[in-house]
Amino acid sequence: MKESGVQINRVDWIAVSIYFALVMIGWFNIYAVVYDSQVEKSIFDLSISSGKQLVWIGTAIGLITLIMVADYRFFENLSLVIYLIFLGILLVTPIFGKEVNGQILSIGVGEFRIQPGEFAKFATALALAKVMERPTFDLSKRNYQFIAFGVLLVPVALILLQPDTGTAMVYFSLLIMFYREGLPQWYYVLGLGAVSITLLALGVDNNLYLAAIIILVIGGLIYHGKKSWQRILAFSLIGIGLIAYIYSIDFVVSKLPPHQQNRIMVLFNPDIDPLGVGWNVTQSKIAIGSGGLLGKGYLEGTQTKFDFVPEQDTDFIFCTLGEEFGWLGSFVVISLFAGLLYRLVIMAERQKTRFSRIYGYGVVSILLFHFMVNIAMTIGLFPVVGIPLPFFSYGGSSLWSFTVLLFIFIKLDSSRASQLGRIS
Amino acid sequence: MRDQRPAIILLFIFLVSGVLLVKLFAIQVLDDSFLKRAESNAIQRVVDHPYRGLVYDRTGKLMVFNNPIFDLMVVPREFNVGDTARFCELFRISKEELIEGYNAAKSYSKVKPSPLIKQLSTKDFARIQDFLVDYPGLFILTRSVRSYPTPTAAHALGYIGEISAGQLERDTAGYYSQGDYTGLSGLEKYYEKELRGQKGVKYKMVNVRGVDKGPFKEGEYDTISIAGKNLTSTIDLDLQRYGELLMNGKTGSVVAIEPKTGEILAMISAPFYDPNQLTGAEFGKTYRKLNNDGSKPLFNRPIMATYPPGSIFKIVQSLIGLQEGILTPNSTFSCNRSLVACHNHPNPVNLFGAIRNSCNPYYHQAFRQIINREVSSNTFKDTEIGLNAWREKVLKFGLGAPLGMDMNGEKGGDIPSSKLYDRIYGAGHWKYSTIYSLSIGQGEMQVTPLQMANLAAIFANKGYYFTPHLVKAIDGDPKKIPAKFQEKHSVGIDARHFDLIQDAMAEALYGTANRAVMKDLVIAGKTGTAQNPHGEDHSVFIAFAPKENPKIAIAVYVENAGWGGRAAASTASLMIEKYIRRTISRPELQEYVLAGNFIN
Repeated sequence: MKESGVQINRVDWIAVSIYFALVMIGWFNIYAVVYDSQVEKSIFDLSISSGKQLVWIGTAIGLITLIMVADYRFFENLSLVIYLIFLGILLVTPIFGKEVNGQILSIGVGEFRIQPGEFAKFATALALAKVMERPTFDLSKRNYQFIAFGVLLVPVALILLQPDTGTAMVYFSLLIMFYREGLPQWYYVLGLGAVSITLLALGVDNNLYLAAIIILVIGGLIYHGKKSWQRILAFSLIGIGLIAYIYSIDFVVSKLPPHQQNRIMVLFNPDIDPLGVGWNVTQSKIAIGSGGLLGKGYLEGTQTKFDFVPEQDTDFIFCTLGEEFGWLGSFVVISLFAGLLYRLVIMAERQKTRFSRIYGYGVVSILLFHFMVNIAMTIGLFPVVGIPLPFFSYGGSSLWSFTVLLFIFIKLDSSRASQLGRIS
Repeated sequence: MRDQRPAIILLFIFLVSGVLLVKLFAIQVLDDSFLKRAESNAIQRVVDHPYRGLVYDRTGKLMVFNNPIFDLMVVPREFNVGDTARFCELFRISKEELIEGYNAAKSYSKVKPSPLIKQLSTKDFARIQDFLVDYPGLFILTRSVRSYPTPTAAHALGYIGEISAGQLERDTAGYYSQGDYTGLSGLEKYYEKELRGQKGVKYKMVNVRGVDKGPFKEGEYDTISIAGKNLTSTIDLDLQRYGELLMNGKTGSVVAIEPKTGEILAMISAPFYDPNQLTGAEFGKTYRKLNNDGSKPLFNRPIMATYPPGSIFKIVQSLIGLQEGILTPNSTFSCNRSLVACHNHPNPVNLFGAIRNSCNPYYHQAFRQIINREVSSNTFKDTEIGLNAWREKVLKFGLGAPLGMDMNGEKGGDIPSSKLYDRIYGAGHWKYSTIYSLSIGQGEMQVTPLQMANLAAIFANKGYYFTPHLVKAIDGDPKKIPAKFQEKHSVGIDARHFDLIQDAMAEALYGTANRAVMKDLVIAGKTGTAQNPHGEDHSVFIAFAPKENPKIAIAVYVENAGWGGRAAASTASLMIEKYIRRTISRPELQEYVLAGNFIN
């Protein structure tokens, strides 16, 4: 049982330090959000969110201890069980959960509630690692792709029932891990191409211009290549398909629920309606933009404190940081995230088992997506998606799930010497 | 190929971080518009309006003060009426009023306050205060309006009102903003700078719902408002009120001046109005009503109405004649009615007799000597030179131009120069026979009641005056009033010439204004009749008293009341008695004036 104990000297202290740095900065920022100079309350006051967050931090440390003392094989052996348990919880959430604003995100008893959508992320990452660890598992083959996407899409489907589009989107971040594990590159080229064309179709008012460009490009390709009738037909069909796609996007958008349509519109024109649809993004940008280089100083911000920015202690927590600590504060936090992600990639690459490496990339994928999308939406680079900033945002489910996600990998990493090398 | 993939993922991580940092740098460091928008979001500039200065009369009685009025405001989103019946009972409104007020507030804004009950009395305010804590979303907004404990001296005090767009444009110092109140007439306008004080500014932080979150930067940029200065008016409140009593229902002016100082003791423009009407919410409505009133109650007659001075001007002619050596007390002219009409009196008369009897032919002849000095052999030229030289002397009596009292809109009247006659008749086509009616204060000559009262003061002072003014002290300090009111003006006539004039004026009362005579108080006065081509003549009288140590000089105009010896002289006499004796010993004379039936 030597290898199953806590091997302190093997723990990656760089990752752990960055984790605690982010958690502490987040906690101070949560206090800044609720701070009111007229009603002075201590950061420890349990009636405000900073006090509650401290409880979540304390319990998260408890979770870390549990993970670190557990046997590393526990996670690998029970990964599918954990996955199935959370699928089960996700399945019953719409039935027994609590409805807020038309969404049923949480389940639990009384005050104790969890959001299973948050926890299912690490469960899915574990399950994928387990399924994909076999040496014969090759993502370039169609049947294995089928299995991998199956494991990924089941929780997505269940989360869309809640419905929680933002969290569902997070699962697709695992495509980064699929990329590392060999999903063919042309999938991504195709996917990015589709995304680009979609964005162009949404961003350019007159689709005729896009259609004209496509006709010119396809025409050029036909003219310069071998003029066989098969090739001409193929290119023509692709061109017609693209144009049809562009025109269909407007139709699809018009069929989306209004709040999602609005979010897309605001992305391309944030000033379209600063008091209505664009309120969140406009106020968020004002808060961050007013921070300047050095910020207004801790607890001196006005925009987040006085409620101009909505959901400021959860999804828009970055505003407080940007306002009170300026660009320098943003630089420090973004560097910490980039540093952590860099460290996690390095750690994933040094794993001796494919299971650990896949899980490591799963962690990287999920954290990267949250980090990128959350900050991008606060500065108007991405539509408003209700997902938290890892380790920063207020909330027990969010902090716990990210802590568990990260520390299972840190645990796996610290035990890598005792793992049997099965890497492919 | 596959080995590149971790590197590509790392590249992607750094690319994302880089894009975020560049975008953040652009909005945080390069673009400072967000900072301004944040300030306009959260920092509210609240103007602290100072208390406007108060106005007291010369004896220290309060004339104008700021009356706090209380509006009960409601913020619909925070308001919860609870038991409607109880609410209506506590706040003493009907259920219908409550519903109507609440709905109006709600349709204006759910989060901004609107008035639910307007203009609560101080008593209601005190009563309601205790219940307010039970009702979130209700609070009291205090405003203040100008208020007049005694409804008097409306024209002199003037009124305040919302600043107009034109005034805002002319306010180059940028003191005023839209919706500010400013003095629009009377003392309120002339002493606006003193009365208004200095506005203060507070910067406070507000949250997204506009709720006060305390001062910005601990009030570092705040300035405190400074209350306006109090004015002590020269007006004698009792005299002013008595004058308004006498003038009630009539049209005309009364101006009383303390000769030694130029302080205006009373200034009445009839018809008048209650100054309390032109305050607060009712201002617009009342103003329109008064402005459309055919009797022109807003017209400030003492300084804006002009009339020919009539016989009273003969005293000025006498003084100029004496000073120029053209007349002596013994100069005698026959009452030659072929020159100009007159009435029965002993004939011929010397100067004293001419004043006492107001002899027209006497002045026709005396004025010819003043004008035609034979400095030119050309009689036309001679008249022109003489008229202009005479005019210079008349202007020194404060006639022909505004005196410059502390009230805007003062008219100057008119003393014609050669230019006027050149324009009418052509240069060289007029001579003394053209202008002789000036000799008896008729013709192309216009004066205001204020100028006439000042004339009486000059006669009382034996040759000097202080510019009449309405303010005695600013913040209790007499030195702070404008310097021009502390400057003595000489009219260029030696004091010795006034003795005869004063004696004749005292004597004249027995001849022309018997009613004005008082047994134990010597009043020196002179009647006049301002000819009115549109109807009955205007009754005019000027006087000062007591003759030996004048305390009051007065001019009274009663329009369409005929001869000066009746309406005007009686009113002036009562005013003098009121001011000097403080009581009225001649109730029958008062009755006569109050009845107002002067023609028959």
